Amino acid sequence: MNKHISPRLNRRAFVIGTAAVGAGLAIGLDLPFGGPAVVRAADGSPEIGAWIVVRPDETVVIRIARSEMGQGSLTGLAQLVAEELECDWTKVTTEYPTPGQSVARKRVWGDFSTGGSRGIRSSQDYVRKGGATARVMLIQAAADAWKVPASECTAANSVITHTPSGRTTTYGKIAEAAARLTPPADVKLKDPKDWKLIGKGVKRLDTVDKTTGTMVYGIDVKLPGMLNAAIKDCPVFGGKLKSFDEAKIADMKGVKKVVKVGDTAVAVVADTWWHAKTALEALPIVWDEGDNAKVSSESIAKWLAEGLNDSQPAYVGNKNGDAKAAIAGAAKKVEAVYSYPYQNHATMEPMNATALYTADKCEVWCGTQNGEAAFAAVLEASGLPAEKCDVHKVMLGGGFGRRGQTDYVRQAVMIAKQMPGTPIKLLWSREEDMAHGKYHPITQCKMTGAFDANNNLIALHYRLSGQSILFSLRPEALQNGMDPAAFQGVAQSGEAAFGYSVPNLLIEHAMRNPHVPPGFWRGVNVNHNAIYMECFMDELAQAAGQDPLEFRRKLMGNHPKHLAVLNAVAEKIGWNTPAPQGVYRGIAQVMGYGSYVAGAAEISVTDGSKIKVHRIVASTDPGYVVNPAQVERQVAGSFVYGLSALFYGGCTVKDGRIEQTNFDTYNSMRINEMPKVETVMVPSGGFWGGVGEPTIGVAAPAVLNAYFAATGKRIRSVPLRDQNITFA
Amino acid sequence: MANLTINGKTLTLDVEPDTPLLWAIRENAGLTGTKYGCGIAQCGACTVHIDGVAMRSCGISVSEAEGKKITTIEGLASGDMLHKVQEAWIAQDVPQCGYCQSGMIMAVAALLNEKPKPTDADIDEAITNICRCGTFQQVREAIHTIASA
Repeated sequence: MNKHISPRLNRRAFVIGTAAVGAGLAIGLDLPFGGPAVVRAADGSPEIGAWIVVRPDETVVIRIARSEMGQGSLTGLAQLVAEELECDWTKVTTEYPTPGQSVARKRVWGDFSTGGSRGIRSSQDYVRKGGATARVMLIQAAADAWKVPASECTAANSVITHTPSGRTTTYGKIAEAAARLTPPADVKLKDPKDWKLIGKGVKRLDTVDKTTGTMVYGIDVKLPGMLNAAIKDCPVFGGKLKSFDEAKIADMKGVKKVVKVGDTAVAVVADTWWHAKTALEALPIVWDEGDNAKVSSESIAKWLAEGLNDSQPAYVGNKNGDAKAAIAGAAKKVEAVYSYPYQNHATMEPMNATALYTADKCEVWCGTQNGEAAFAAVLEASGLPAEKCDVHKVMLGGGFGRRGQTDYVRQAVMIAKQMPGTPIKLLWSREEDMAHGKYHPITQCKMTGAFDANNNLIALHYRLSGQSILFSLRPEALQNGMDPAAFQGVAQSGEAAFGYSVPNLLIEHAMRNPHVPPGFWRGVNVNHNAIYMECFMDELAQAAGQDPLEFRRKLMGNHPKHLAVLNAVAEKIGWNTPAPQGVYRGIAQVMGYGSYVAGAAEISVTDGSKIKVHRIVASTDPGYVVNPAQVERQVAGSFVYGLSALFYGGCTVKDGRIEQTNFDTYNSMRINEMPKVETVMVPSGGFWGGVGEPTIGVAAPAVLNAYFAATGKRIRSVPLRDQNITFA
Repeated sequence: MANLTINGKTLTLDVEPDTPLLWAIRENAGLTGTKYGCGIAQCGACTVHIDGVAMRSCGISVSEAEGKKITTIEGLASGDMLHKVQEAWIAQDVPQCGYCQSGMIMAVAALLNEKPKPTDADIDEAITNICRCGTFQQVREAIHTIASA
């Protein structure tokens, strides 16, 4: 056994555990005579630009604005900076600036939001420039000290060399002088062919603490004098809290206070969370459930089904030719209706946040995918101005889009505000987390395809009916009422473009928004659009009497990048060679988040209802691959998440509330159900696509298409458990 | 009050006997490496060893755990020497978000204790923890690496 390796992730655990208030970067300023001010980190080490601090012991601290939730962006972003900085990778550590500090410095670290598979692709340019700028300053400082031109100096591995004389110095030694220089206005980034660290599957920077139990997640935050809160929000979305009888639980052990949280929720504050939760369960609560209590899955399904009818209004998202006319006059047509249910994110760590409110300060410690949105929620809920608030980010026990929302942050502040000076850790029970998700939106889709006499696909009408996420969460992003994101994966152009050319095409969305709050659920609208389109493509191929791969290929001539990933999986799975006896294959492709992905599955089916997934092959073209080891994990993880939703997921509505309460009714795949995922990376360069989400889109249709190949039966609704189909 | 022996130390904790062991470990003993995921013994995030057997601590009461030897993720290493499962997890970069991994590691450590060279079928049967990030591939590979060492 080796010695305990010291973790290189900055020890926020220590900061949180020991310093209640003002943890974080604690930035100071030097104001020297002449020259720019030197900004200093808490330990006095100088910043070389906002992204980098170099310590005298050669440690390079790289600031990360986006959040780490398992997807590996923390490491990938550090690689991007270090590539240009030319620092010693073994000396790299990372640190989160706080949103409050960022706002105070005119958002010097840019966007904090970590969703939409944007962590790397939306920040790659400016973080690489941050690294390059610091390198130029460090080299210039060394050149100045040696009184030589900077052009005669080079940097590698944190060492600067004056080539003609062979003199050397290190980043740690020259950092103080470099910090006093004016940053160059413009820097040139490396040509991708010269990358040494980008593209390498280096180890994550945050692993050690995750194996020893020392990593601090929101649920683990401890502050002196802290109390714990358990909460119950009205189980019917849109309902209100009518009354509660706190006298009934006032004598229960550990109970300190029972508080109303907004108009809809009640929380018990106690010494321990277990006491808080136990008392909350004993608390008599009366809800005003309102009209939404009449809503059920059946009533929602009926309303969505009406939206499939052409007589109902719909937004057109992608169109060419005249699909309706072509279908009317076609030699043959195929029609099918599919549906996709609500899904809960079910992060392993339930929602939680810790808040400390005093009359002139409000601070929150939490896992969040969007530090700035959490910060805004703290401002709003506390009523305090930005300079009196801050958010301290900790590791997320899963995000998948759920922690981009700030409902739990707002609640924590609302509770803490009623107990000024006492830190309050609010933790949702799993049951509360299941009941108050921001669910994958519910939709149905009617598709009609039409062929000419020679079995050429001449028209496709894709009519989606159902919920818009943007309508609920970002109404300002709607375009004349239309939700452009509803067309993810089937859009005319852009980062989620349709991959087929059909002479007459109509893709439209009849927006119907039930009362269940939707959210960005890993893969978002790509999930159902990919299932609908890719399963229906198989139906069309079957109707045309053609091989599903060949049928697709014929429609993809104008979409070479879509086609390339499809070809890559076909080749890897051996599409043109027979599968083993009793094993059947399915294939699917989609574009999302700026990346092209495809998947293929080999399955066997027993008794029509027991599926064994033997093999999964996935390919992805994200333009550039920063860390192939992490891309591989994201691709494999996407299948676990996507297939869990396909087999076991689905949240149903009864009496206006979600019926599933825990992992016994909303199950998730286990190791015995998951085969190895073989990932083929085909980065074609020249663009930056996302990785965390797109692949999930192909997980379900690859398996569903294989199921058809095995059984001759089409499955057009999710989850499979509703149809008594499960893993073998 | 209850006496619990956790990671070799006997602690006298101010906790009711019917409290789930998970919460006594997290809130009374202050060891937060053991995670809450479901509270109904489904997900395995709270897995600890009780007399060497992997068990879900949310489903065991404090009174049931009294007098037994409880090991949490914090007690798996011997001093500053990591357990071979922790070492393998680091070497193969197993965790993603990492939240389920304390429980996963405890479950794997117990499996290897019982079966030093588990087959895939042994792994499938013994490791039933939920990982929403989907680290199963790395978990399986790391187990085989340890077994073949």
